[in-house]
Amino acid sequence: MSALRLHRELAAIWATGPGLQRLAAVNHSVIGLRFMATAFVFFAIGGVLGMLTRVQLATPDSDFMDPETYNQVFTVHGSMMLFLFAIPMVEGVAVYLTPKILGTRDFAFPRLTAYGYWCYLFGGTIITMSLVFGVAPNGGWFMYTPLSSNVYTPGINADVWLLGVTFVEISALTLAVEIVVSVLKMRAPGMALDRMPIFGWYMLVTALMMVVAFPPLILGSILLESERAFGLPFFDPKRGGDALLWQHLFWLFGHPDVYIIFLPMAGALSTIIPVFANRRLVGYRAIVVAIIALAFVSFGIWVHHMFTVGIPHLALAFFSAGSAIVAVPTAVQIFAWLATLAHGRPRWDVPMLYVFGFFFIFALGGLTGVMLAIVPFNWQAHDSYFVVAHFHYVVAGALAFPMLAAFYYWLPLLTGRTAAHRLAVPAFWLVFIGFNLTFFMMHLVGLLGMPRRIYTYPGDVGWNWLNLLSSVGGFIMTIGFGLVVIDVLAQFRYGRRVRRDPWRATTFEWAMPIPPAPYAFASLPQVGTPADDTEAGERALSLARGEGYLGFARNGWQETLGVHMTSGAPEQLIVLPRPTYLPLCTALATATAVLAMLFHFYALTLAAALLTAGLFVLAGQSAGLARDYGPLPVGHGVSVPPHTEVAGAPPWWALIFTLVADGTLFASLVFGTFYLWIAAPNWPAAVTPAPDLKLALAAIVALAVAAAAARGSMRMLAIGGSARGWIGLAMLALLAAIAACVALIGGVTPPPREHALGATAAALLFYVAVHAGIGLLFLVSNFLRLGAGLVSPLRSLDLRLTRLWLDYSAMTAVIALGLVLALPWLVAMLGARP
Amino acid sequence: MYPSSRDRSVLAVAVQPGLAAALAGCSGPGSTLDPAGPSASSIATLWWVMLAGSAVLFALVMVFFVLVIRRPGWGSGVSAARWIVLGGLVLPAVVLPPLVAYGLVAGERLLPLMGNAPPRIEAEGRQWVWTFRYPDHGGVLTRNVLHLPAGVPVDIVVTSADVIHSFWVPRLAGKIDAVPGHANLLRIQADEPGRYDGRCSEFCGLGHTRMRFAVVVHRAEDFAAALAQAAKEQQ
Repeated sequence: MSALRLHRELAAIWATGPGLQRLAAVNHSVIGLRFMATAFVFFAIGGVLGMLTRVQLATPDSDFMDPETYNQVFTVHGSMMLFLFAIPMVEGVAVYLTPKILGTRDFAFPRLTAYGYWCYLFGGTIITMSLVFGVAPNGGWFMYTPLSSNVYTPGINADVWLLGVTFVEISALTLAVEIVVSVLKMRAPGMALDRMPIFGWYMLVTALMMVVAFPPLILGSILLESERAFGLPFFDPKRGGDALLWQHLFWLFGHPDVYIIFLPMAGALSTIIPVFANRRLVGYRAIVVAIIALAFVSFGIWVHHMFTVGIPHLALAFFSAGSAIVAVPTAVQIFAWLATLAHGRPRWDVPMLYVFGFFFIFALGGLTGVMLAIVPFNWQAHDSYFVVAHFHYVVAGALAFPMLAAFYYWLPLLTGRTAAHRLAVPAFWLVFIGFNLTFFMMHLVGLLGMPRRIYTYPGDVGWNWLNLLSSVGGFIMTIGFGLVVIDVLAQFRYGRRVRRDPWRATTFEWAMPIPPAPYAFASLPQVGTPADDTEAGERALSLARGEGYLGFARNGWQETLGVHMTSGAPEQLIVLPRPTYLPLCTALATATAVLAMLFHFYALTLAAALLTAGLFVLAGQSAGLARDYGPLPVGHGVSVPPHTEVAGAPPWWALIFTLVADGTLFASLVFGTFYLWIAAPNWPAAVTPAPDLKLALAAIVALAVAAAAARGSMRMLAIGGSARGWIGLAMLALLAAIAACVALIGGVTPPPREHALGATAAALLFYVAVHAGIGLLFLVSNFLRLGAGLVSPLRSLDLRLTRLWLDYSAMTAVIALGLVLALPWLVAMLGARP
Repeated sequence: MYPSSRDRSVLAVAVQPGLAAALAGCSGPGSTLDPAGPSASSIATLWWVMLAGSAVLFALVMVFFVLVIRRPGWGSGVSAARWIVLGGLVLPAVVLPPLVAYGLVAGERLLPLMGNAPPRIEAEGRQWVWTFRYPDHGGVLTRNVLHLPAGVPVDIVVTSADVIHSFWVPRLAGKIDAVPGHANLLRIQADEPGRYDGRCSEFCGLGHTRMRFAVVVHRAEDFAAALAQAAKEQQ
């Protein structure tokens, strides 16, 4: 078959429609670019806010901004750069590049990618608009309680942050699950995990970190919002809460977040440096081990953001050592890159200029990081401009420079042209010099005693010159970024035309037409050697002619291959959903829920939340295949069954990783309960808890019955009978469990608004009730899909997903209700508390 | 005016001369690099030591980077595995444990240990005022001015009446947060009489910028009289 005809046939199936149909896009290339473009817009807004702070601080006693405006500006600057720029930009890069580098046609859940994008766009818009209306968050990007409680921040400012950021976090979490499943299950045939391009490993580890890191923050935001909206005192020390619980939950997320931002950029560096060194990456295995180690260690050092809150010194020493150890995996990567360059024949081009910038800035940021890990120095430097300097070096520098290296490296894939040197080189030096001038001075002014987050300073304390230089540097940097933008735009038009694979790279994203087609690969490559050694450009033609796997169009299906997780052997034919407006509608419903919550229209919130849930169930109705197919040929004499007929289909793994995230949220809630019990002031409460044992046991029994009924439905389906009776029984059992939980919440003592003891008990019970409620949605979907013929003895995935969910719900219910029942006993032990 | 190097160790003295020029810019009413008490002094020494070490490590990485780019083949005599082992494992193993141990010992020495309990002064943060109470002097109060005797350690009991604040006198010691519902202890000592800048260093809302206080250090023998006088004047 000719390459052109194949291209036409596949493009007809995969392309996003014109005009308004663009709103229905689900393709990873389209969504990935949207993520990056949107993130860049927020970067520009955040950058302008940063410049406003530099204008304000350029001179002492400045009255450019009043303190309230300044507080909003720096809070939104930080929140925007981290939540609306850094993480989404990283996600955009992941969405756009990962399938291409791994030699597959798309991610596993295109509609979820689209939903994640819309959530991000709407959440970001809410936060941006709040700034326009002057009601933006004003408590700093980490929103410490009790300053962010409704006593000290009575307006909607803090609610904007809590709801807007949570909205964006949910989008990040959906993408994280998607990236994990896609990297594990969707790669080029034969691409075993140990042959995967190193970029894939970085994305896998990053996404796994996101799965575990975001839930504590999401829980914290929910608890704080329920304190603000409904008066549940989780963080109010006067009523048995503790302000420090928020800090623990926040930094449990916040510290890994730094590595979540850094690792994908390191992945880009590990991809780019070997290309410019003309040599394959040195120490592939060492780097894989290093980044896995980094992921683990990064979860154990959050307390180094809290060295001054009054935690015993020996405990601090433990976290100090951990924070120093985290330098080891980073050093392994730095020296692996240096060794790659030392053993290669390096050539120089614009991306390498940014690699140089990265080395310079990251080395400085890493070294000040080790300094801050040393407890006594931290006592002086904490919350001073030294810290501001440090985190701009590690987060801004270690993100911006590799990101720009990556842009200059990958833009030819999109434009078919390379950068105009005359503009790219001076742009780099302006950014580099401006960056260092701005942020290096901040180290010094911090050591001279300037604390962060002050809107002005007196002229006689020795900070004038350093601040002025910082501000000048900020303007130089801004001009530099402006030039970069002009250069990138100019490249589209005036750049030097290049052939396919201009850098002579070895990864698959270069083995495709420029710009990439919506189906990415006309046929999927077979991997025989370590993937980093593949001659990408040379394979492009054969792939375009359809000589790889799936080099044909069939049934109008968007087809790609699912592989064995470790070996990469073809295992299933994954049929992906076509463009649809559902993600947009679902995200609009979610946004309505968030906005209604913001303005305290709780009935509307509930209605919109139910509508969102309903749309998710509806989305389930158009997934899968309506009949059994059995093994289908995929090329090269190989036949595999469609994903609907295999045990390890992507949705199965997605639910497992979702439950990992959910379990982390639950563990954080249990941690919070114990933390308050051990450490919070004003315990015990005046009233002792007296949970109703019978009701609690009834809830547990009901959930166990539901889980058992789910098994019954599977057995019935397997023998060809009607599973609906069992599904109905499971529904009844879940309704009973919800009723028991609601009754228990109604009877919680002390009343949840009066003491954190009652509030945590209510939260645990609410968790159980919500999970039973979501279980109902699973069952409704099962019922509908059974009716539509989407489920058969061979296609039993739906029922297995429900069983997994109900098992999880029953298990967490045993722990949650057990903890609630144990509370009277725990409180009785408190006499021993010092 | 203040003999800031009095308590510094031999190590710091060895590091400092090269930085004499830099030191001239290190003074200032709130400078951590112009210490006026043993605690700030010990931390300043730690800083200079870490700065020197960091400068060496930074130069090392950058020199390596420039050499591998500019002199192709440089460093190819060292096997790739050895690069990673030496740079990624041996180097941190040589640098980090001594540094962490140094930090631990230095930190331990600054702690308000219970063995020798010095006099206490209570500092309460409230949006946006510091109130200091002197239990050993009849519980008198001063607002936004902390009076201290020179040359003797004092334990500051730091609390908050509303949101989180942080008590920081950069020339005397590191900071400690004022967390509502908790009482934190910070041991500080000023070597010489004088006036020092103190401030809230944890963002606490609209008035955070202006939440400063002065530390006035009196000769130990004059302290009781000076405090009584100041408390009376404030009323």
